Amino acid sequence: MKKKTITLTVNNQSYTLPIKPGETLASLLRERLHLTGTKIGCEEAECGACTVLVNDEPVLSCVYPAARADGKTVVTVEGLATYVHHVMKLHPIQEAFVEHGAVQCGFCIPGQIMTAFALLKRNPTPPRKKFDLHLKTLCVVVAVTR
Amino acid sequence: MNLWQEYRQPTSISKAIEDLTNAPAPAVLIAGGTDLLLDMKQGRHTPVHTLIDLTGIPELNLIERKIDSLFIGACVPISQIIANPLLEKNAQALLEACNLIAGPQVRNVATLGGNVAHALPAADGTIALVSLDATAEIASPNGVRQMPFLNLFLGPGKSAIDRSKEIIVGFNIPITKSNQASAFKRLMRPQGVALPILNCAVWVEREENRIEDSRIAVGPGGPTPFRATNAENILRGLIYDDILLDQTLKALLEQGSFRTSPRRATSEYRKHILSGLFRDTFNEAWSRTFS
Repeated sequence: MKKKTITLTVNNQSYTLPIKPGETLASLLRERLHLTGTKIGCEEAECGACTVLVNDEPVLSCVYPAARADGKTVVTVEGLATYVHHVMKLHPIQEAFVEHGAVQCGFCIPGQIMTAFALLKRNPTPPRKKFDLHLKTLCVVVAVTR
Repeated sequence: MNLWQEYRQPTSISKAIEDLTNAPAPAVLIAGGTDLLLDMKQGRHTPVHTLIDLTGIPELNLIERKIDSLFIGACVPISQIIANPLLEKNAQALLEACNLIAGPQVRNVATLGGNVAHALPAADGTIALVSLDATAEIASPNGVRQMPFLNLFLGPGKSAIDRSKEIIVGFNIPITKSNQASAFKRLMRPQGVALPILNCAVWVEREENRIEDSRIAVGPGGPTPFRATNAENILRGLIYDDILLDQTLKALLEQGSFRTSPRRATSEYRKHILSGLFRDTFNEAWSRTFS
């Protein structure tokens, strides 16, 4: 059967949207929900800048068909900060990136943060070798070595 | 231009086959899509009208023990294969191969079915499945049938699956006994090329110091995934020693076709490194028996 709409939860908010032909999750997030924190870097499943969580698992939104997110829960970098009395409070991972000055151009940072978030969500004290595998979002200015 | 017009998500095998025959053509199956969508984006794929997403079909997402085999659904993500204790015990080569495929985000989406359907002669998951003597379960409008794994491949990128009406449901691999074990190793360029210079998977059955039987797969060792049956025949029933592996290597080099590929390696280099790669992989599998 041909479906006309998809319903998905993004950062705790539910959306029902008409299906667009050929749309990736990255485009849906950026162009329709205006969540432009998710960056499209290489657009060939290599760099990791477009990483978002789908049902708690990190995926590359540039090669993820938007229609497949129907019925699923998505978290983007915008979903990490919380609001207390209308004042934005950054997530501890974001705080840590700020504190250590781990940003130069910043383009890949949403990917860096989302992969770190996914890893720590699953295991709050991951062994060092997991870092090497999980946190390898490409960064051209090499700020990430901090 | 839109890469596809219509996206279907059938929830059963029969509905998927129905979609495949009825949906506006050209209709193409998609599993994880991490290869397919790139091919489409980069203009390496013929135009597609309908994508039929198989990842929502429960049977294709199962890993289960049958009487004397294990079934791995074609749409089980690579990350779940790596984390499965049944497979850790019975399919070491496959686990090692999956542990080398891409990074975490791709592994959460990419599937073994997609790896096999692409029909590349050096796909890591595919080469591991050759050594594990897998059979493929294929669904068509006439029902489900078992197919010897190597019969799936016709040439580089060319699968024997009839794309107009057939679906890979999953793979069956025999349970590994305590005197059997497997291993997988590969050599890669440091960056930029997803396929290995050379990979190798070995399954071995041991009786004290005798090699009862073995299965050796190397990729790329020809236009389709290569199983080194001549080498296996030499080894069968003989006492394990280093000189024996040398003789086997000769047979391996003679039977396989190790050609030059422009972005990965020359033929000479491949033949040169095969010696160490085969030896290491065989020894690894051998040392795992009875452990």
